[in-house]
Amino acid sequence: MTTTTLTRKRSRGMSAIQRRDLRDGLLFSSPFILGVLILWIGPMLYSLFLITQDWNLIRAPRFIGLGNFERLFDDPLVSKSLSVTAYFTFVGVPLQLLTAFGLALMLNQPIRGQGLYRTIYYLPAITPAVASAVVWVQILNPEFGVLNSLLGIFGVAPIKWLFDPKAVIPAFILMSLWFVGPQMIIFLAGLQGVPKELIEAAEIDGANSWQRFWKVTVPMVSPIIFFNLVVGIIGSFQVFTSSFVMTRGGPQDSTRFMALYIYQNAFEYFRMGYAALLSWVIFVIVMIFTVIQFRLANNWVYYGER
Amino acid sequence: MSFAQQTTPSAALGKGANASILRPARLRRTLGRTLLYFFMTVLGITFTVPLAWVISTSLKLPGQVFIQPIQWIPAEPRWSNYLEVFKQVPFERFIFNSFYVTVLGTLGSVASSVTVGFALSRLRWPGRNIVFAVLMATLMLPGIVTLLPVFIMFKQIQWVGTFYPLWVPAWFGGAFYIFLIRQYMMTLPIELDEAARIDGASNFRILWQVIVPLCGPAIASVAIFSFLGHYNDFMGPLIYISDNSMYTLPVGLLWIQGRFGNYWHLVMAASMMSITPIIALFFVAQRYFVQGIQFTGLAGR
Repeated sequence: MTTTTLTRKRSRGMSAIQRRDLRDGLLFSSPFILGVLILWIGPMLYSLFLITQDWNLIRAPRFIGLGNFERLFDDPLVSKSLSVTAYFTFVGVPLQLLTAFGLALMLNQPIRGQGLYRTIYYLPAITPAVASAVVWVQILNPEFGVLNSLLGIFGVAPIKWLFDPKAVIPAFILMSLWFVGPQMIIFLAGLQGVPKELIEAAEIDGANSWQRFWKVTVPMVSPIIFFNLVVGIIGSFQVFTSSFVMTRGGPQDSTRFMALYIYQNAFEYFRMGYAALLSWVIFVIVMIFTVIQFRLANNWVYYGER
Repeated sequence: MSFAQQTTPSAALGKGANASILRPARLRRTLGRTLLYFFMTVLGITFTVPLAWVISTSLKLPGQVFIQPIQWIPAEPRWSNYLEVFKQVPFERFIFNSFYVTVLGTLGSVASSVTVGFALSRLRWPGRNIVFAVLMATLMLPGIVTLLPVFIMFKQIQWVGTFYPLWVPAWFGGAFYIFLIRQYMMTLPIELDEAARIDGASNFRILWQVIVPLCGPAIASVAIFSFLGHYNDFMGPLIYISDNSMYTLPVGLLWIQGRFGNYWHLVMAASMMSITPIIALFFVAQRYFVQGIQFTGLAGR
């Protein structure tokens, strides 16, 4: 009651144009508002309910209280899955960002054929993931693979890559470096946005190219490094397709990433409640890391003079 | 720009005047430049190897695939491998399905992000900042948490096994696309709307006739990103589609790989055919990738 009178009072104080803009604002953003309700908030609440259920999609769901939590703590695959996901993320994402930044720095030089190089570096990222996974299975093949024959030139003994529990995550990380195109483009956009005057001013003040890079360029693009880091970690925690297509979680669960394990619980073992709980585990972990990063950002991200 | 400068004779002469002082610096620059090109080319080759392998394998006989050392250019390219794919599997269905889902999804992304972006940039209304804050929050949420409940929801409304779950959600607007369009619209002068409003135009007309025509680059980048996203979507069709004839290219490829796992030439011919439209699109539209992102404000302004 009170809210309706309040809104009425407020809207009476509005001009016709303000009222129209409120109506149109809500109307025009209604796809997103509805989308958030139907595709985010509703499902997340429903998923919280699922956590307490034992349900295989066929029988009626059964309330089991904290039963899924008990399973979670007894399941050795959970800690395995979390640790391989964390390994892939915390080693992989920094290397991906370094690669992407390096490529962007080169592309930012005034060079001939920039468009061609840009396209070439971006190509792997737009290749359908299944197609690239299929190719990489071949590249990483211990006997016939291109990678081992290349390494062989330098006298490296053949590595079993996808069949060796110790080498498989490094192989996945190496592979992920081929797909940094989007991060590279975002870095490039940022580098091109660094005002030329700033760099020239530093040059006039006698800064050498090393100093100009660390004291001008890097601080100016630090918001982009931050963005790529946050988005990269969120994405990396949800890595799915490559392990689904290439290894199915093997060897010895070394690539049973969280997203794959959630998928398998939901759509192969039909444990809806348990899969919902696992999704919440990964959700909470990702959110914690995101919040930590935003806290740390004040120390190193430069958002201009405020 | 700068190489034009280097090749102009007058510019070269001008520099030659005090060449004695500049020489070590110039030498270092030339050396650096050569190194840069060398390095970029080596990297370029590395990045092309997988694609080269796809093309090369797609033109081989099964027996030639694993011959060592690799024959990058097959002696007698077998173009018939490509036709063979269509004979073995309903590949034309996969192509059609992919484009069907991709076109409907891309239309949805563009339509919704333009309307919502307009409401969040050009209209002033109480609650706008809240909606924008929610938008920024959903950008940061890991989507995996909704995978299962959304699946169950679509199951309840009998949408599992149809194409709807693959493209309908796009019509509700993706957070990143809305953000991109909104940032672009923020850069347009507000006088445009005011002038149109004085002439009595409705907000819908302002959006359609004044703002949209000015948002070409932003709309193009949303269209490209969304096209790529739908075309390459793997998890969606994997979960929602079970009938072979409804497969899109990514799951179709996986299916081909499972059925003809030893026929690498067929798998690669199929892969090549599914990559080609994407490469063509990227060649045509690649400058929008950078432009579109530059306007998002991610670039620090």
